[in-house]
Amino acid sequence: MSKVLVFVDSRDNKIKNSGFEAASKAVNIASELGCETEALLIGSGVSSIAGSLGAYGIKKALVADDPKLEKYSTTAYSKILADACRSAGADVIILSATSMGKDISPRVSAKLEAGLAADCTEIRTEGGNIYAKRPVYAGKAFIEVKINSAVKIFSLRPNVFKPVTIDGVTTAAENVSVELTDADFSSQVKEIVVSNEKLDVTEANIVVSGGRGLKGPENFHLVEELAKVLGGSAGASRAIVDAGWRPHSEQVGQTGKTVSPSLYIAVGISGAIQHLAGMSSSKCIVAINKDKDAPIFQVADYGIVGDALEIVPALTEEFKKVLSN
Amino acid sequence: MKIAVCVSQVPDTTTKVKIGADGKTIDPSGVTYIINPYDELAVEAALQLKEKQGGETIVLTAGRDSSKEVIKKSYAMGIEKGILIKSDIEMDSYAVARNLADVLKEINPDIIFFGKQSIDYDDSQVGLLVAEMLGLPSINVVVSLNIEGSKVTAEREIEGGKEVVEATLPAVICAQRGLNSPRYPNLKGIMQAKSKPIEERQPSYTENKIEILNMTLPKAKSKGKIVGTDVAAVGELVKLLREEAKVI
Ligand SMILES: Cc1cc2nc3c(=O)[nH]c(=O)nc-3n(C[C@H](O)[C@H](O)[C@H](O)COP(=O)(O)OP(=O)(O)OC[C@H]3O[C@@H](n4cnc5c(N)ncnc54)[C@H](O)[C@@H]3O)c2cc1C
Ligand SMILES: Nc1ncnc2c1ncn2[C@@H]1O[C@H](COP(=O)(O)O)[C@@H](O)[C@H]1O
Repeated sequence: MSKVLVFVDSRDNKIKNSGFEAASKAVNIASELGCETEALLIGSGVSSIAGSLGAYGIKKALVADDPKLEKYSTTAYSKILADACRSAGADVIILSATSMGKDISPRVSAKLEAGLAADCTEIRTEGGNIYAKRPVYAGKAFIEVKINSAVKIFSLRPNVFKPVTIDGVTTAAENVSVELTDADFSSQVKEIVVSNEKLDVTEANIVVSGGRGLKGPENFHLVEELAKVLGGSAGASRAIVDAGWRPHSEQVGQTGKTVSPSLYIAVGISGAIQHLAGMSSSKCIVAINKDKDAPIFQVADYGIVGDALEIVPALTEEFKKVLSN
Repeated sequence: MKIAVCVSQVPDTTTKVKIGADGKTIDPSGVTYIINPYDELAVEAALQLKEKQGGETIVLTAGRDSSKEVIKKSYAMGIEKGILIKSDIEMDSYAVARNLADVLKEINPDIIFFGKQSIDYDDSQVGLLVAEMLGLPSINVVVSLNIEGSKVTAEREIEGGKEVVEATLPAVICAQRGLNSPRYPNLKGIMQAKSKPIEERQPSYTENKIEILNMTLPKAKSKGKIVGTDVAAVGELVKLLREEAKVI
């Protein structure tokens, strides 16, 4: 391999944690392959944030900095990434499988006729080759893959690769010229509607999810309060999404979001196979359920058998107490 | 208006994955196959658009002979025409997209619906690959859609919110849960679907870029511990999470 290019996704001139994860993994892969890493930032005003990549070992950042790029456009962004790959002579592209990364990577794959291993949870090198492991069937199995095309693209599942800091590296930013016509903006974001200020379940390090055991939507605040005390996000089972208690953006599971936080607390969730598919890769799982035979206890590290409506508020109080000391 | 929709066949969500004899794919014995849940949303979106604006609907799938079932399911819901790109070898997303794009180029639809993801390989690639191969705009993970003339406005889900995206037809739309509630086929539809012809095509491209080396199951978890019952167990749980699991 001759060069690794990492696309670092940012919004409102802030690099997301997943962006640092991708940058750090790219540096690691490049050092194992004995080649250089370059980062690419796209947006308006992104030159000012390139410096923060130094902490993760990025020496050179390409910046496509243009007022026209303030709002995300799948067509324009993917063109810039593919062009940058060609002109940098890179043959490996790393990016994060965030909503933006998932939207750009297949287009770049088509432009460069490059295979794309999506949503990888492990990447290793051996004898100059790159091997990636990725979950399939919503995490019920994993496949190890190798890409057989000149350019290889890997998207990384957020929250899995922990960024590693490297001392003493400064990032030199270099502008890439972007020549974009109206046709390059054939789909364009007009507006972003923030549904809440809370962290998305896929980005949270702690997720507390509620299910039908909560009895009614009026009790969901118990889950939200526990999540808040722990600095995490609230998720939901499909049963309560279908019942209209919660929006489907909070659904965890095979047809919802896949999460792998350090701590997942399932409250009043039975543990149907479709729910387990979305959360069983969490590092530590806690179940609270009044039925000691509920399948969720099969995957839980710790469990309490009993009424969630009593246990959850007590748990919130206990955490408040210990975390304030 | 010409409305196309691409659907795939996947194992039922209740499937317990067993690894097949080749060590690379799942053992299909005892597995029930269904239309990919997100593709049902895509079919429904295609039907709603036709009901509103008029036009013809066509469904495409690339897969084995057994994939005819998902075309029949789409017929039963109301789709008029179906094409199976028949391949006995397992194709990766790139190869599937190339085949779909080659047929779609001929059909030249005004809009192409996809699901956002197939729940087998969870690739989330095919719709956008096809869009790029055909030089079309795309809107991915769509939860609401409005089409006026040739102008498309859609909301797509992102972390912690939504983006409002505009594009012009022809375009690719990839459906996410929330977009609509797929209809149940009625008996008449199911009966008619049985005898409706399905056009078969040969694949135009069969080269895979992704090589699967092996498939493994997640490490089995050793059974956890029940800390206790009721509120009395709360103190102990918090202690374990801090001192043993060290996650807080
Ligand atoms: C195609 C398809 C896709 C699906 N995708 C998903 C998906 O992505 N995500 C998902 O979650 N599901 C999914 N499902 C649904 C899944 O099969 C289950 O129906 C769903 O997960 C059940 O939700 P639940 O655990 O909240 O409800 P239930 O199964 O009703 O469980 C409620 C639990 O609460 C417990 N309980 C009751 N009262 C109390 C109390 N007072 N205190 C404590 N515990 C209590 C009960 O013992 C029970 O275990 C899918 C299904 C299909 C067919
Ligand atoms: N074999 C296939 N035939 C037709 N359409 C497909 C096929 N595989 C995937 N698709 C479509 O592409 C979407 C995304 O699939 P994937 O990229 O495999 O996750 C699906 O929801 C389908 O709409």
